[in-house]
Amino acid sequence: MTVPLALLGLLERAPSHGYDLKRDYDNLFGRDKPLPPGQVYSTLGRLARDGKVVMDEVGPGTGPDRKRYVITDTGAVELHSWLAEPADPEPHLQTVLFTKVVLALLLERDAAGYLDAQRASHLRRMRELTEVRRGGALVDRLLADHGLFHLEADLRWIDQTAARLGQLAEEVLR
Amino acid sequence: MTGIVLEARGLELSFGPTPALRGADLAVEAGEILAIMGPSGSGKSTLLHCLAGILTPDAGEIEFAGRRLDTMKEAQRSELRRDRFGFVFQFGQLVPELTAEENVALPLLLGGRKRAAALAEARSWFGRLGLDGLEARRSGELSGGQAQRVALARAMVTRPDVIFADEPTGALDSLTGEQVMDLLVSTAREHGTTVVVVTHEPRVAACADREVTVRDGRVTTAFMERMAS
Repeated sequence: MTVPLALLGLLERAPSHGYDLKRDYDNLFGRDKPLPPGQVYSTLGRLARDGKVVMDEVGPGTGPDRKRYVITDTGAVELHSWLAEPADPEPHLQTVLFTKVVLALLLERDAAGYLDAQRASHLRRMRELTEVRRGGALVDRLLADHGLFHLEADLRWIDQTAARLGQLAEEVLR
Repeated sequence: MTGIVLEARGLELSFGPTPALRGADLAVEAGEILAIMGPSGSGKSTLLHCLAGILTPDAGEIEFAGRRLDTMKEAQRSELRRDRFGFVFQFGQLVPELTAEENVALPLLLGGRKRAAALAEARSWFGRLGLDGLEARRSGELSGGQAQRVALARAMVTRPDVIFADEPTGALDSLTGEQVMDLLVSTAREHGTTVVVVTHEPRVAACADREVTVRDGRVTTAFMERMAS
């Protein structure tokens, strides 16, 4: 959902070719999920259709494509209003973790075992992200930090819930 | 040293009528970095103190490098703690009257090393831990992160087999805590030192190779391991 806006942001900096946009996007935002080239061009096509970018032909950049994309006033207005608007605070109250715990209790399954498994899985991911942090570039470290802090918050919830499973079971089974 | 370096079997320990450990089992591999997690009051620090020979369990056995720790005389245990173990606690517990380098040299001096040699060895750790220039400071003149790095140098100066750390980053902000943990892990890996770290912080546990959870005085096996067995 942020790909079109991220591309608009990169174009606001300077007009660019599709190939160079993909490279810049991958460097800054797509560390573990590079943008497929097809998606770059289809997104740019939609932005052009909607009047947010225009193309000019000035010869190739670092890649083979000759078309250069330039942000329009409409595109710039959309980008700036998006930048100024706070994102929806996450997460919402309908979480998978919570649903699984309640269903496990309702069906008298091993809810504590599920929470243990989830804790182990979260910690495993945290170990991977800790490795990414170690010696990584600042961009990678900050992205890993974002993931680590979210996982840490989940773990606090998991511990809190594990400590209150008995009470929750009483309420759920009432 | 390879294989299991430290093992606890069926540890029980009560403080008055309150049981802290109720049959705790744990095996630590040589060179492993192990995190012990668990809620407050679960017995995780008591377990660490038993493994380190600071507390003696009421029942159960502790073996370090093939020697029974729980039946050892206090003098022998004390020697072991000084020569083979290193300690990092939540608050550096540096001796306030001593300079940073004297604090680091302390285990060597207590082990009978000559003062000049002990101080020279102590100083060699300052550069490695980013403490250059702080050798003559007393603990009151150090920041929390610096004091904890001095404590880490003191723990490493005897080249111990095992470092026991109890909430080593508990008193630090997250960035400083991270630096201290990174240093602890990298130094331990470099020297093949085993680390047993008690923490309630997932980010600290994520620096370890493996974590166990203590609940109600017992070490619980991770769910995935239970499924595999």
